[in-house]
Formats: sequence, C-alpha cells, structure tokens
Amino acid sequence: MPPLTIDEWPEGWPTDLSRRDFLKWSGASLALALLSACRQPLEKIIPYGQEPENLVAGKPLSFATALAQGRSACGVLVTSHMGRPTRIDGNPRHPDSLGAADIFTQAEILNLYDPDRSQVVLEAGQPSHWQTFAAAWTRVLSGLRNGEGLRILTGAVISPSLGDQLSRILKRYPGARWHQYEPVASDAPQEGSLLAFGRRLLPRYRLREAEIIVSLDSDFLGSGPGRLAYAREFASRRRPERGQPMSRLYVAEGTPSITGSMADHHLPASQLQIEAMARQIAWACGARCARLPLEEPARRWAAAAAADLKRSRGRGLLAVGEFQPPMVHALAHAVNHALGNAGSTVEYLPPPDFRPESHARSMGTLARDMGAGRVSALVTVDCNPAYAAPADLDFPGLYRRLPFRVHAGHYADETAAISHWHLPLAHPLESWGDLRASDGTVTLCQPLIAPLYEGKSASELLSALFDENPRSGYELLRARWRHRPSFERFWLESLSEGVVAGTRYSPQRVEPRRTLAERLEPVSQAGYELLLRPDPTVLDGRHANNGWLQELPKPQTTLTWDNAALISPLTARTLEVENGDLLELRFRGRLLEAPAWVLANQAERSVTLHLGYGRRAGGKTAAGLGVDAYALRQGAEPWGGSGLELAKRSGRRALAATQGHHSMEGRRHVRAATLAQFKARPDFARQTEPGPAAEESLYPRWEPGEYAWGMTVNLNSCIGCSACVIACQAENNSPVVGKQEVLRGREMHWLRVDRYVEEHPPRMLHQPVPCMHCENAPCELVCPVGATVHSQEGLNEMVYNRCVGTRYCSNNCPYKVRRFNFFQYADLKTESLKMLRNPEVSVRERGVMEKCTYCVQRISAARIAAKKEGRRIRDGEVVTACQAACPAEAIVFGDLRDAQSRLSGQKADPLNYDLLASLGTRPRTSYLARLTNPAPELAS
Amino acid sequence: MAQIFHPFTNALSRASLVLALVLLLAVLVFAFKLYRSPYLTWAGVLLEQPVAFSHQHHVGGLGIDCRYCHASVERSAFAGMPSTKTCMSCHSQVWSDSPALEPVRDSWRSGRALEWVRVHNLPDYAYFDHSIHVKRGVGCVSCHGRVDEMPWTFRAKSLQMGWCLDCHRNPSPALRPQPAVFQMGWKPTGSPEERQVREWFSRHHDALALTNCTVCHR
Repeated sequence: MPPLTIDEWPEGWPTDLSRRDFLKWSGASLALALLSACRQPLEKIIPYGQEPENLVAGKPLSFATALAQGRSACGVLVTSHMGRPTRIDGNPRHPDSLGAADIFTQAEILNLYDPDRSQVVLEAGQPSHWQTFAAAWTRVLSGLRNGEGLRILTGAVISPSLGDQLSRILKRYPGARWHQYEPVASDAPQEGSLLAFGRRLLPRYRLREAEIIVSLDSDFLGSGPGRLAYAREFASRRRPERGQPMSRLYVAEGTPSITGSMADHHLPASQLQIEAMARQIAWACGARCARLPLEEPARRWAAAAAADLKRSRGRGLLAVGEFQPPMVHALAHAVNHALGNAGSTVEYLPPPDFRPESHARSMGTLARDMGAGRVSALVTVDCNPAYAAPADLDFPGLYRRLPFRVHAGHYADETAAISHWHLPLAHPLESWGDLRASDGTVTLCQPLIAPLYEGKSASELLSALFDENPRSGYELLRARWRHRPSFERFWLESLSEGVVAGTRYSPQRVEPRRTLAERLEPVSQAGYELLLRPDPTVLDGRHANNGWLQELPKPQTTLTWDNAALISPLTARTLEVENGDLLELRFRGRLLEAPAWVLANQAERSVTLHLGYGRRAGGKTAAGLGVDAYALRQGAEPWGGSGLELAKRSGRRALAATQGHHSMEGRRHVRAATLAQFKARPDFARQTEPGPAAEESLYPRWEPGEYAWGMTVNLNSCIGCSACVIACQAENNSPVVGKQEVLRGREMHWLRVDRYVEEHPPRMLHQPVPCMHCENAPCELVCPVGATVHSQEGLNEMVYNRCVGTRYCSNNCPYKVRRFNFFQYADLKTESLKMLRNPEVSVRERGVMEKCTYCVQRISAARIAAKKEGRRIRDGEVVTACQAACPAEAIVFGDLRDAQSRLSGQKADPLNYDLLASLGTRPRTSYLARLTNPAPELAS
Repeated sequence: MAQIFHPFTNALSRASLVLALVLLLAVLVFAFKLYRSPYLTWAGVLLEQPVAFSHQHHVGGLGIDCRYCHASVERSAFAGMPSTKTCMSCHSQVWSDSPALEPVRDSWRSGRALEWVRVHNLPDYAYFDHSIHVKRGVGCVSCHGRVDEMPWTFRAKSLQMGWCLDCHRNPSPALRPQPAVFQMGWKPTGSPEERQVREWFSRHHDALALTNCTVCHR
C-alpha cells in the first residue's frame, strides 16, 4: 500500500528538516502566530502620477476588439480593471458573436497571463535580443536577390491590414512566396463551391427561416464560423410553447457533436454512408448525380429527410460539415438551389480570408520546394508546422535542412525548438490589428494592455523584418484605414463600436453548374474508418497550454486533460476493450497507440481521434498530455479515411472524465417529450415528479426580502457547448486542479454540464447544473459554524472565512454542486496570474467549501447602482456570467417578485420543472423541459 | 503509613486550582483586549508616510472639500487617491520650493508614483463601497473621524466587523442629509430634512437585508 501522506503538500514541503528542528520551528511559529496572526499587514496605496482619461478609480472599463480562431473572428468586449484586462465577453454588435462568447474566446484571457508564454527572443534556444536578431536577419535578407528563396508561412490571414502588408512585401521581393497553413480549418467548403459555382464562396445559413434542417456531419452549432449566431437563430425556432412553428433537425454524423445532440433524428453514419446519403437526397431533390448503395436504416432516414426538404421548399436547408469532401458540398449547393433555399435559408458570401486558397496545397508546395532545395530562409509566423503539418510531409526533417529558420509564435513550441531564431509574438490583447468576420464585417482590434514581455504583433514583426523604417502596429493600422472619409471620427467610432460600418459582404447571386463533374472512385470499406477532428477544447493544439480548456470536460465524453480513440460500443465489444485500454491504430503504414473511450452514438466502425494532444513543447501544461494524432495525418487525407487497422494492446491509461456514467438511473433529470406529446399534455414535465406543497416542510421559513433571485435553464435551447462553464470560471476565479485531482472527482467548476445518453430514441441530453439556491437548503442546516446561510433575497450564501472544512454541506447537497478546496488549488504564487483575477470575487484558500453564488458580485453592483438612483433593480440588469456567455440564450436570471420579469414568464411556462422536486428543497434554479419534433415517417 | 505530603500541600492544591482559573480568565481577558487593541486594529496608530501631509491644514485650515482629492468617492467603491497632478495643481504655485514637498515634485518630474501607506485598510474579503454609503447619507466623519483635526492621519475606528454591524443593524442614527455628508463638524439638529432621511430609510429599507453576508463578503 502506498503511504497515505505522500501528496499531503504537493506544493512542496522542506524535507531536509530534522524532527527536532521541526518541533522547534513549529513551536516558535505557533507563538509568533498567536502574537501577530490577527495583525493586519500594512499595505501601500499607490495613486497615479496623472490619471488616464475616463477612468474612475475602482470602476472597470470595457473595450471592443476581436479575437481570431483560425479562419473566423469573434468580436469581444474586454473588461479592464484599472488597466488590466480580466474578462472577455461577446460584443452584441458583432455578427459572429451577438453578445455571446465561446470557450476559446473567453479562455484567451488566461493565455494572456500564461507564465509559459514566450517572453524573449531565443537564438538556438538561448535568450537573445531583438537587435542581435535584426543584425543576423539583415545579413540574410541582403544575401537573397529579390527575395529568391525566402518563404513566409502563416496561419489563415483574415486581417485586411496584415494581408496588405504581405502583398507589399511580395511586390517588393518578387522572388519570395507566402504560404498559409491552418491545421484544422478545412479547405473542402471553398473547394466545394469551386465545384458548384466556379467561385470560392462560403454558405451562410439563416436558421430563423429554416423549418427543416438536414445536417450531414455539419456541426454548425458547435464549430466553424458563425456558430454563435447560428445557436441563437436555431434556439429561436425551438420554442413551440410560444406558438411559433418548431423547426426539425436531422443530423447524420460519424462522431457525436453538439449539433448532433440537438437533433430530432440522429443517425451515426460512416463517411461513406454520409456521401451516399448526400447523393440519395440530391437525387431525390432532382439533381442528376451518381448514387452509391445505401443500406437501412440510412436509406429510410435519407428518404424521410429528402421528403421533408421537398415539402418545405424555400424553408429547408441541407448543411454539410466542413470535413466532408468537396463533392458533398457541391451536392448540397445543388440541392439548396433546386429547392429554392438559396437566398432564403442560405446565402453565399466570399470567404473572409485575405487570399483564399487551399491550405493543404499551399503547405504541400512549401514542403516540395523545401525538399527540392528551393527554400533558403523560412519565416514562420503564428503557425506550428513542426507539430501540426501532415506526418507524410516529414516537415521537421525538411525544415532542419534549411539554412535559415525563423519562428515567431506565442510559445516556444515544437517549431521553435528546431529553429535558429524564435521571436515572441505579442498577445492579441496587447496588439493593434484588424480582423474580418465570416460575413465580411471588419473589426479594428485595439490593445488592452502594453505588451507584458518583449513580444511584437504579427504586423509589427513583418514591418521590423521588411520595412526600412519599422512602424508600430498603431501606425500601420491607421495607415491602412487612412483613406476613409473623416478619418478621425471613423477611427473612434469603429474602435468604440467594435465593427467597421459598411464592411459586411453582400450576398452573391450564383447559379450552380448544370452538370457536376462526376467521378466515383471505387471505395473500399475494409477495416475501420479513422476520423481526425479538431479537439473540442484545445482545437489543433493551440490551446494546449490553457488549463481552463484542458480541464473543461469535453462536451460528449466529459474527458479532461487527454484525448482518446473514441469507439462505438459495438467496436468495444468486438475488440473486448473498456475505457482506458490501449489500442494500436495503424493507418497508411503509420502506427499510434491510444487509449480507447467508448462513446454511444459513435458510428459503428468509425474511430475518432482528436488532434491537438501529444505536444512535445509549448509550455509546462501542454507537453506530455494525450497522444499526437497528427502522427497519423496524411496531406491528401487530412480528416482521415477508411482502412484503419485496430488492435487491442496490453496496458491501460487512466483517463480523467468528470462523469462516471451516462444513465439517469430511471429518474427523469432531463425531461423530454415530442411536440405531439407536449400538445396533448403541456405540463408533462411538472407531473413527472411533483414536489410537496410549501407548507409540508420542517425547514424554517425565511422572511422574503426585496428581491427573490432565481434562474431558469431552457434545455430546449441549451446546446451543451460549455461556454457557461468557462464564463463562470473566469468570473469567479475558479482554480484549475489538474488531471490527478480530476481523477479523484475534485474538479472545481461551479457550473457543470451533465450529459445523459438515451437508447430509445438514441440521443444525448445536456443539462447545466449550477447551485440550485434551494429555498429549503439541506446544506445550510448541517453546517456547524454557520458558514452557509440564507439571504433575504433567497441566495444560498457561502462565507469562506467562517468555513472550517467539515464538508457536511457537500454531503447533504442532493445536487452535488459544492466544491471543496482539498489543496491550495488557486495559484497564489505566479505573479502574472494575480493580474488575471476578478477583483470583485475572493480567491479561496485551502480547506474551504465554495459554490455558485448566482454571481452575487454582479447583483451587488446592480443593487448599488439602483439604490443610488433610488429605484428597484430593473429586469435584465443583473446578468450572470453564464447567462452572458450563452449563445442560445438558454439561461435566464432575474427577480421572481417582479411578475413582469422575463424570469417570471419562464417560471410560468408549462415546461418549467424543478430538479429532484420530490425532495422538497424548492430550488430557485429550474429547467424548461426539452421538446423534439420527430418526422411522422420516422416516428415508429 | 507515613504521610507523604505535608498538610500544606492541600492549601497549595486549592490555591493552584484558583490560580489556574484566574490565569485562564486573565488569558481570555488579555486576548479579548488584545483583539480590540490598537496593536491589532491599528486604530489611533500613526504611520510613517512619504510626505508629511496634514489633513488638519488642508481640510480644517484651508477648507478644501474631501472630493477635491478623493474624487471617485461618489461614483466608485474606491474613494480615490489624488494623483501627483492633483497635488501639483496647487503646489506648482504654492509652497513650490518647500523641502517637505520634494517627494511630490520628484514624483511629478520622474513620473514615479508616490507610495502612501494605507491607513484605512479592510481585509480583502470585505467589499466596502464608498459611493453607496455617501449616497445614503453616511458622513465621512462616521468612519474616518475628524480628519480636519488630524495633523497626521490615523485610523479613527477599529474597522472591525462588529463595528460595521453596529451601524448595519440600525443605520438610521448615522444618516445625514446629503449636504452634510462631507461636513466635518456637523451635529444633528433634529431638522425636518434629517427626520426625512431617517424615515425614508426605515420605510424603504429592509434592515435585515443589510446584514446578509453577501452584502459585504463574496
């Protein structure tokens, strides 16, 4: 048996102390502690030399900017406390945000303060200076005639000013070439529109108009540009109790996605089946195309979907996932045009890229030229090809042979390790710039803070490399937009709004080509099928060093800190593997060992592996987690293919999932019904588990105060994206605990998203669970020190300074929403992380309980504002962090005593029900039951 | 069997019992007193500051309003500390070469901030908001004392939780009409405005709500 005390002080305990010294020291410190413990230490108060404009000391300010995620940009409002950015919210005026923010955008604030971020120039791994680099660079550049042999490699460039800068450089150095490589943004949508229209266009859906949505592997709610807006539009058509007709969603996909969990008809399908279904639907809708054999139940499913689409001409939508081949996209365009959906539920816009192109081809060209010795200097900007380039290109091998290698990035990553020079890039919140959203809208990005380290922004870096008189990012950006009339006013307005007026693209009128070039390749369905996908929380690996995102349970598996080979229950039975058993994956002659994870609703012979793990460098948190799926990636098949060989290996790996199993155990935590059932019995959810009457309780009655706070979570809108979890973590200074602690069930999220799998009909249900703020709170009665008490406004308060850590409250909580600091989880030592904290919320120490407070700091701020104006708090004035982030507006918070409030309306909804109502806890947080709208053809 | 202990031991043991009780009581009294003593609360303790600033001179003598320097007191949780620029707006003209003001001029020249020692410092888990207290009619003097009589600023009250609660349980007596909030020597006169403020408060305010934990702690 291992010693029990081994992990008692993981933060470090001086072990070279003898027993006698230990007693001496502890005696002395006890005596000193008694004398001085209560004495407050003196602090300094440091005023400004000269106050900044518009700053009221102690009041936060908010600035609009935008953050990029691969090929998309999200407009944000960043909260700044006395000059330090602490929180990122969506910008309501930005078309790709509408006020919501996804997990990556919100977690970017942690990247800003990440102590592992690249801080100085490195020459062969050793600290150096910008001047030393500049000297070396000038020698190299002057040796290249016309820039011959010079290559620049970037991620996707969606910044107009950066694109212009690159164009200028290419004009000045005609021999130079610019390549783009974005590891997890697929080329297929643009290639598909090339096939269909002869132009590079991207579809933009208008889901408010859509009554029938058929998604073939399209995760439009969970990934890809526009997802936040789509989630809101989709949710607006899922409220039948408001009298609107309800939309119907069909999803066929290989691996369950967020969109799949919202489907009325979900079908796990292999890649080949999806293509066959696309052809079947296209054929049924009048497109002339070859067909592939289709078996049941996919045939029936496709027939029903096609029939539904045909019935709803102009109000239907066929959406295709970005990892599908271009031909499937082209077929969808043909279908949407044939049914008159184009212009109604889908419009076509030019892509936001400055230079749209196939990234796979661009990277392939670069690798070929490197192999042929045509490259003498490569400058990589914000891209990590040594890790993320397809394995068959052998990028690291080719790269090592180049005479001059420069890498500029946010982390000293795998590429930096084999570069001559590594240059630190400034964080987006430290830089000026501009970004184009998926509908063309441009945002001017402004810095929130001066660079913490020696980083330069990408545009400053290019200016430093290629301009005779390097200019600052501010000058570069202003010069780019200087042509606008009444420039200064334009500049201020654009910065304060977060969008540049009049930059939205207008929808393009296009006609699909009559005949689609047909090329049916013989497809073998031998073996298993490999699906390589971006990870739901770390994407292509760029967020691998972000503890918030690593610890965020992945929406489908609830895995944290790891990736795994996701297999279907049938595959698991065939191979006799359980969760965590090691599998050997052999694909196109390459080998990888990965732990298995059994996932319901996974297509039967498909194996999903998420990219972004198995990092070898790039920060203390990132390195060494999970397995590197890029090792199996082929340039020609970036998203996998069939012909995967799967075998069981001996050995296991412990995987930290936050949810042990996915059954409701016969209880109805998530209540769902079909539209027909709902119409027959509108209050089905409440009747499932009625609670006792208010007077049937032994709990003491509390006196109601001026307000009665409550919350509803609409499970009909909630897509399970977890944006609320990160929002809560950022707002409430929640710590990260690490994989070992998650394995012990000690994650600290105040809000968790439970997920359940149902067999009949096969589907996945999500349920966010914050503190219920029970009116009869079981936790309060058992606290021996009164550390958790009820407020007059109905909040279940947690008083950290009274808590002695008995954990009785947590034991007595039927919802299991209380979190205990078993160790000093909050990092009190790292200097940069101190700047991250929300100053309105206490940072908790070891040994105290904590839980959701309904964002009491926001209630306090609103109460003070209201009192100063001598009025009540208005409805909608208090917005909790989770509510603000939710793209689907599923969370409503408000005052129950105000009968006109939005919350009171939600509580009166027939779908409203309490979780575990029979316990008589009278929770203030309640749920609106889920409704589905199945097609009559498939209803059996 | 011979007696082992001398009969005197009985008295000794009785005395030691009494003594132990007395000692225990003394420790308790000491701890109680210590907890409220200036040693722990800093109340009345003079602290060394970078500049010999006198509130007595500026407030009592010159009659400068609190808000001239503590500018955000009506808008923010934090009352605000004057920037060097605020000091220099007068002291570039007045006492512009006084040796006592050299640190201020040095800060102005170099841009380095003055580092004052915080006199009124609440624990980090207490979230006090100046603006609402001022708006509600709590005078500055109620917490900060007669700063116009302080040549050297010190903490006038203990700022302990019990002291906060004295007022939060029954705020009405501490409330003043708005114009009197920033007045130093104001005394209640029983005027109709005063009565109005207090009555309004007791009518509109749920006294219990002010003692909810999350009013100050979160």
